Amino acid sequence: MIKSENKWKYKRLLKNVLFALLCIVVASGCLFPFYWAIVSSLRDGAHIFSTNLWPTEISFSNYKEVCGDTTFLYSFWNSFVVATCTAFLSLFVCLFASYPLARHNFPGRKRILMIALSVNTLPQVAVLSGMFELIRVLDIYNEKSALILAYMIITVPFTLWTLTNFMNNIPKDIEEAAIMDGASQRTILLKVFLPILSPAIVTTGLLAFIAAWNEFLFALTFTLTSQARTVPVALALFSGASQHEVPYGLIMAASVLVTLPLIVLVIIFQRRIISGLTAGAIKG
Amino acid sequence: MDVSLKKKSNKEYIAKKCRHERIIDWGFLTPCLVTLALCAAWPLLKTIYFSFTDAELDNLSDFCFIGIENFIDLARDQDWWVAVRNTFVITVVAVPLETVLGMIIALILHRNFKGRGWMRAIVLIPWTIPTIVSARMWGWMLNDVYGIVNEILIQIGLIETPIPWIASNALSILSIILVDVWKTTPYMALLLLAGLQSLPQDCFEAAEVDSIPFGRTFFKIVLPLMKPTIAVAMIFRGLETFKIFDLVYILSSGNTETATMSVFARKHLVDYADVGFGSAAATFLMFFIAFLAVFWISFNKRKLQKQG
Repeated sequence: MIKSENKWKYKRLLKNVLFALLCIVVASGCLFPFYWAIVSSLRDGAHIFSTNLWPTEISFSNYKEVCGDTTFLYSFWNSFVVATCTAFLSLFVCLFASYPLARHNFPGRKRILMIALSVNTLPQVAVLSGMFELIRVLDIYNEKSALILAYMIITVPFTLWTLTNFMNNIPKDIEEAAIMDGASQRTILLKVFLPILSPAIVTTGLLAFIAAWNEFLFALTFTLTSQARTVPVALALFSGASQHEVPYGLIMAASVLVTLPLIVLVIIFQRRIISGLTAGAIKG
Repeated sequence: MDVSLKKKSNKEYIAKKCRHERIIDWGFLTPCLVTLALCAAWPLLKTIYFSFTDAELDNLSDFCFIGIENFIDLARDQDWWVAVRNTFVITVVAVPLETVLGMIIALILHRNFKGRGWMRAIVLIPWTIPTIVSARMWGWMLNDVYGIVNEILIQIGLIETPIPWIASNALSILSIILVDVWKTTPYMALLLLAGLQSLPQDCFEAAEVDSIPFGRTFFKIVLPLMKPTIAVAMIFRGLETFKIFDLVYILSSGNTETATMSVFARKHLVDYADVGFGSAAATFLMFFIAFLAVFWISFNKRKLQKQG
């Protein structure tokens, strides 16, 4: 009797240990590349070629150099402005559109949602030459507004879907109560739904921000000078004083600086981000 | 008579109210539709239009209509077919790998244990890191001379000489797949986790009470129930992977042997300034993805109808 109970206990313990091991493997697989970037960025000069897994001879010279590099700071600022404007603009546009899409049934409703979905599957390269012409015509080549305009095609479809899904979940009673009180459509949207939806709006805006912050193809094509570049382009085109020597230490320091704000945001908002990511996808 | 008049005016009132509501609805929709038309429809149609011309990047207003010549050139271009093959290989290998790993991670996150919140945040990190940053990080880790990956493999004793991960064409594709899997598995895991959480939880509990081994619960209960979710997630990821650009651009800068369709199209469009030919490649890619999407959706619908 006691023996079998012990056996059961051991089995349970073994199971838990195996599970913990699995967790450790997965976690280290996810974290190691970033950890290694941090370790490498803290080594200056020839120390970068050290393969010691632990940080040795810590030096912040790479970070000092990156922060003193005005073109990199420019690109950081560009990325910030472009991503913020993209997030706000697409939220503004989609918030109004998602209200009728979620709450009213009218002819063409389904078709609009399908259009948004198919725009989402569009490869970016398929609009590249048309967008290039549009930007030339509007005379905004090499400017932040060109990127904001181009990013709308990435952020608007999924913002629309996610907001529509979130707004769908609001109980009908609330809307009816507001109508009984004589509220107009605009009042319902701005005074009743907006406060209820504020967590969802933050999530969706954050996702749009991250998408714009990380975008590369448009940013590479629609900017020319180093003052106009965003962070991903600056990182991709980072090269050292000589052609053959790639400044890995600097690249790693810049990579860490670019990623840290995002990681902080994700850790703070992880629960909401997960709900936002899946709300837009599965129900579609 | 009085009553019917009242009824009529009431009906009119409701109809008027409805019309009023419709007008407001479309008013709300207008900014969004205008944005989509301006940023998506117009550039898309223009790209398709350009693919039938010999337009050049420096002068987009002066060009001739040359019919399907660009598409014929495309079909004859050896490099294009290499790009098509690479795109296929990457998608066909990466998506199933992502699905299996994503499923494992989703099962871990679905279990209730201490530190689940932390685990969830950790798993999200590869997804958060900008693609360019991941490409740069992995490029450094896979460096053939100083890379940590080779160093670790040598120290474990798996290999004796460093492997040229990026320099060799076949291995370069493998590296691209590896980094893509690393980067997008978290997203896959989240989609599958959402699917797991929407399953009836009592069947998990029942299986646990009956102490049925986990493997059997998984293959007999979870997997069949999860089939639709897995299919949707795989299509989703497959269509995304077909467009892969950033990783390939950084990891195999300019190498035609490892280019994908997006990289090929952009190279001709921008670097060679051949807007007509590049647009043709881009148009082909778009129609191909659209075809796949429509095919999959109708295939799934029929399957579901058969089951239902």
